[in-house]
Amino acid sequence: MIQRKEFDQNLEDLRQLLRQMGEHVEHALTESIDALQALDSAKAKAIVARDVELNQMEEQVMEIGSRLIVTQQPVAKDLRRIIVAFKISSDLERMGDLAIDIAKVTTRLEGQKLIKPLIDIPKMSELVILMVRESLQSYLDENTDLAYKMAKDDDEVDHLYSQMIHELYAFMIANPESLQQAMLLTLVGRYIERIADHATNIGESAVYLVTGHRPDLNQ
Amino acid sequence: MDNLIRIQKLNLYYDRFHALKDVSLDIPEKAITAFIGPSGCGKSTLLRTLNRMNDMIPGTRIEGSVQIAGTDIYGDDVEVEALRKRVGMVFQQPNPFPKSIYDNVAYGPRLHGMKNKAALDEIVERSLRQAVLWDEVKDFLKRSALSLSGGQQQRLCIARAIAVQPEILLMDEATSALDPISTLKIEELVQQLKDSYTIVMVTHNMHQAARISGRTVFFLNGEIVEADDTQKLFSTPQDPRTEDYISGRFG
Repeated sequence: MIQRKEFDQNLEDLRQLLRQMGEHVEHALTESIDALQALDSAKAKAIVARDVELNQMEEQVMEIGSRLIVTQQPVAKDLRRIIVAFKISSDLERMGDLAIDIAKVTTRLEGQKLIKPLIDIPKMSELVILMVRESLQSYLDENTDLAYKMAKDDDEVDHLYSQMIHELYAFMIANPESLQQAMLLTLVGRYIERIADHATNIGESAVYLVTGHRPDLNQ
Repeated sequence: MDNLIRIQKLNLYYDRFHALKDVSLDIPEKAITAFIGPSGCGKSTLLRTLNRMNDMIPGTRIEGSVQIAGTDIYGDDVEVEALRKRVGMVFQQPNPFPKSIYDNVAYGPRLHGMKNKAALDEIVERSLRQAVLWDEVKDFLKRSALSLSGGQQQRLCIARAIAVQPEILLMDEATSALDPISTLKIEELVQQLKDSYTIVMVTHNMHQAARISGRTVFFLNGEIVEADDTQKLFSTPQDPRTEDYISGRFG
């Protein structure tokens, strides 16, 4: 069936777009943490400038998906593929925005020195980058086991986040002059933690794609 | 919801061709059930067993049972005429009689012995209203039914079918010969009728089944592959063959 062939090709286009968006987010997050550690505001600005690409890819996903719904009237798994593409692209777009929020912290710290060496933030971000990669992989390979495994890492991220908050609160009380930077660093922790939540959402979408049921991986 | 029709271990042969294989199915009362599947899958054959239309095809042999409200319609004491009064049918091509609009609708009640003019008038009006045709034809009831458009003719056939107040309405691809607007009107009409009648429809248009039916049954090679709530069957089919068919991978 010729029509079906074109339809399948378009579904594959969606899949590839999401793969690219995932790579973009992973790269933006890695770079934003590197920029923060080095307080490299030039690098941070470059990340902000590239966000437009991610938004364009999200728009493409919306465009292809809407067109397929209108012209192909998809059902069952075909329909889920499109619903999931919408959901994942919007999660990835938000993750990209959060990576930019991290980069903007670096630009606001321009000219300052770090009040303390970063320990929990790099640990958290390393774990979250793995979550981003695995969540996307669980979608691309339709691997629900990987989605569940990935979601477990979110607990560790939450744990690191709360540990980091407590440390920074103590640090702020002991060093009131560092309040502004310490506040910004807690925000960075919050942004990373939010990215992990979006990765969990992607894992949920992967499970929904395969099974037709949406689990709550946040529990 | 109670089941009005119960089909058990039904096997149907056209001479040596085994057209229905061990079909068991419950059909709920006052709801729309859609039969879907590729050509030759047995869906129309099963529909026609419900009012014994297959009896007319020589060489047809049936095993198993079809019960309507607890009575086996293939039982020895069943009168086919009485059965067809309970189970009306609408066909793919509109087939009004070459008579007036009025006489088409009054045909069934007259056949069953009704002669009272006022009562017939009332039945004609009620049936045409139920078939959402009344407003379009009320001033031309003496006009030939053949002067109506295809969509109007099909609604007239529905009015004719419901004039004898059947319990069940069978529709065999009743919209496949109609334009999209007429199709939409029939679909709306069918949805209204389900409050009063049990409707079983065969359709080649899967999206029609998805739009209007409550339950969908998927047939393949004379067997039921899957029967489920329509929304479930079209969103999360349990059998990969159903998924392939509704997704347009074969058929």
